[in-house]
Amino acid sequence: MTTARLPVNLTDAQIEEFGRELDAIRAEVIDSRGDRDRQYILRVIKTQRSLALGGRILIFASTLFLPAWGHALASAASFWVLIAVGTLSLALAKILENMEIAHNVLHAQWDWMKDDNIQSNTWEWDHVCPSDQWMRSHNVRHHTWTNVLGKDPDVGYGLLRVSSAQRWKPFYLGQPLYALLLALLFEWGIAIQELELGRVFAGKMSLEQIRPMLRRTGKKMAAQAMKDYALWPLLAVILTLPFTLAGAGPPLLGVFLWVFAANAVASLLRNLWTYLIIFCGHFPADVYVFTKQQVENETRASWYVRQLLASCNIRGGKLFDVLSGNLSHQIEHHLFPDLPSNRYPDLALRVRALADRYDLPYNTGSLTRQFGTTVWKILRLTFPGGSTLGAA
Amino acid sequence: MSTRRTPESAPTQTAAPTRSIWSRIEAIADSFAYPLRTSHYVELVNPLWASHALQARVEKVWDETKDARTLTLRPGINWRGYRAGQHLRVGLPIGGMHHTRTYTISSPPERDDGCITITVKAIAGGRISHHIVRNVLVGAYLPIGLPQGEFYLPEAQPVKPLFITAGSGVTPAMSMLRSLIAQERLPDSAHIHYSPHQFDVIFGKELKEMAQRHSRYHLHQVFTHEYGELKQTKGYFSAEQLDRLCPDWKEREVYACGPQPLVVALEKHFEQTGMSRHLHIERFRAELAEVPAEAVGGRVRFAKSGFEIDADAHTNLLRVAEDAGMNPAHGCRMGICHTCNTKLISGCVRDLRTGKVQNEAGSIVQICIYATAGDCELDL
Repeated sequence: MTTARLPVNLTDAQIEEFGRELDAIRAEVIDSRGDRDRQYILRVIKTQRSLALGGRILIFASTLFLPAWGHALASAASFWVLIAVGTLSLALAKILENMEIAHNVLHAQWDWMKDDNIQSNTWEWDHVCPSDQWMRSHNVRHHTWTNVLGKDPDVGYGLLRVSSAQRWKPFYLGQPLYALLLALLFEWGIAIQELELGRVFAGKMSLEQIRPMLRRTGKKMAAQAMKDYALWPLLAVILTLPFTLAGAGPPLLGVFLWVFAANAVASLLRNLWTYLIIFCGHFPADVYVFTKQQVENETRASWYVRQLLASCNIRGGKLFDVLSGNLSHQIEHHLFPDLPSNRYPDLALRVRALADRYDLPYNTGSLTRQFGTTVWKILRLTFPGGSTLGAA
Repeated sequence: MSTRRTPESAPTQTAAPTRSIWSRIEAIADSFAYPLRTSHYVELVNPLWASHALQARVEKVWDETKDARTLTLRPGINWRGYRAGQHLRVGLPIGGMHHTRTYTISSPPERDDGCITITVKAIAGGRISHHIVRNVLVGAYLPIGLPQGEFYLPEAQPVKPLFITAGSGVTPAMSMLRSLIAQERLPDSAHIHYSPHQFDVIFGKELKEMAQRHSRYHLHQVFTHEYGELKQTKGYFSAEQLDRLCPDWKEREVYACGPQPLVVALEKHFEQTGMSRHLHIERFRAELAEVPAEAVGGRVRFAKSGFEIDADAHTNLLRVAEDAGMNPAHGCRMGICHTCNTKLISGCVRDLRTGKVQNEAGSIVQICIYATAGDCELDL
């Protein structure tokens, strides 16, 4: 059945054999999980928390060097160096938390350790979308129905036309702008997408039905915003207050705004980075999308094939792998979403060779190629038409 | 096990009726660390100051015998006082996986350096105990639980205690004796201790010294092995032996801890002599009732995780779940700590300690000590 459906030159039996090979690889990794993996995730978590704490301390320290203090070391140069390093450190902490830690923890990649502190059902991430809400749409819908039009909420995030198989509407004329806004506010975009407000506009659900969800997301958003944009800036103000009152410190509004801005920039950098990586996952040139008919009665093996066709890797070094949450190995992540992410680089070697033996495409390229073709696609598909690769 | 229970022994994780100023400050501080807690960052500086997870630092290791080691632990700031004879749960990551075991505290509460000791014997074939004896190094941080257990001396001291211990079962008695000596109120105490031979005694030197220094402490060591011998050939507990080593045993409160055969023999003897009321036992593992021959296993369904497997009538459900590849929360594995409490959705399970059958849907079962009786479904 599947032969006709998936755009590959393999018989059903051959697809099943391909699936068995992947199952064997998966079993091998599961059996070999051990202390090395535990040490890895503990080290990443420790690094991430140290970066967050260090970043916040540096941002605070920078306000002590504002020229208005008038002491010998206070100067624009020392202020800028400190606030820049502090902001970058905080941005890295947010990126590491979202990408390499939370995303993977929420995929239950580390549940096998039985460590109470690192479990998918209790981890709450540094993101405005509540973890469990996000897991439902991401783990269940996106990972099961990857790139199936009308099933995968992440095909264009309900906002963009990323495949010519999506019927063009005049709404898409604005998509370069939507894409830019989404990049800047990615975190908020994800949280709002989860709410599926379209259901309410379409009259499929009443506002009353989604109210509990709205309330939870609202609470999470408020707590996140409060921390970054109110509490930390206010604390800086309180610490400066006695000096300013005594006539020796900088203006309080200035202190508040600098700390506020540092947090905002850190969040913005995180948004841009995660957008960059995630848009390279399923949108670059030569990736496939599928229709609902193509995936009817899909077997586990043909699901594997579809995941391979629907995902794209990004070539990069070790640091790039970690900062991308190992989504530089998006293909391996989609084949084995619950295997520890630190294993993806090794898995990629095997999966790539396996795909080659079965003459299946393996979509990988530099960040420039993957993001460049994604941007081009978004621009091209603003208008009707477009090439039809992968569409049924 | 002693059924005596004093208010102090109740779990003390109860919230204060009104929120203390400290907890308010903590809540405010935590909103700076949201969605983590401030404690997660404090942990970076010193894991012992963290309040979200209690840990202990291994300060010292010392071999008591060829296969038993004492670990000196410095617990974190949220540790609380304990009573001599109590135990605690210790978490151990082995091969990346978290395991939990329960060990008796062997130090006295009067110890003033803020440390406690546990003394662990590597059981033949026991992966966890072997790991703790051989691989845990000074400087390691281990997750721990708060002190638990009801095996301790009553505040109103028994006039004359008799300790009957074997092997590493000496640990609670050691904590009690050290405590009584530290308080300078050691009563007339007798102690019968079974160990392989004179150089293979946990706390051997200290026990002998105590016997020399304190005339009120009467130590009777029973050696059960010849040198070089692997299997025990002599020195089993018997009524005659008890009469000979401690003729006034009927006037004493007996505190016993040791392997199952010793405990069973003691219970039998005290029951026959009508002295059961005076026997207090701490077990290494739960005492199991005999599973009736006609008992059958069945299909065990784990509703949340979707696993379904066949199990027999005497394998505990925790083990069944673990064999199925699940990771249920658990602690003592002997029916004490209730960490593994799970709701029975339907079907029938057997309490392996009492043999009693539970088939009331919605009841809470300790899966470490229950087996299936026919089919069952659990909320796991």
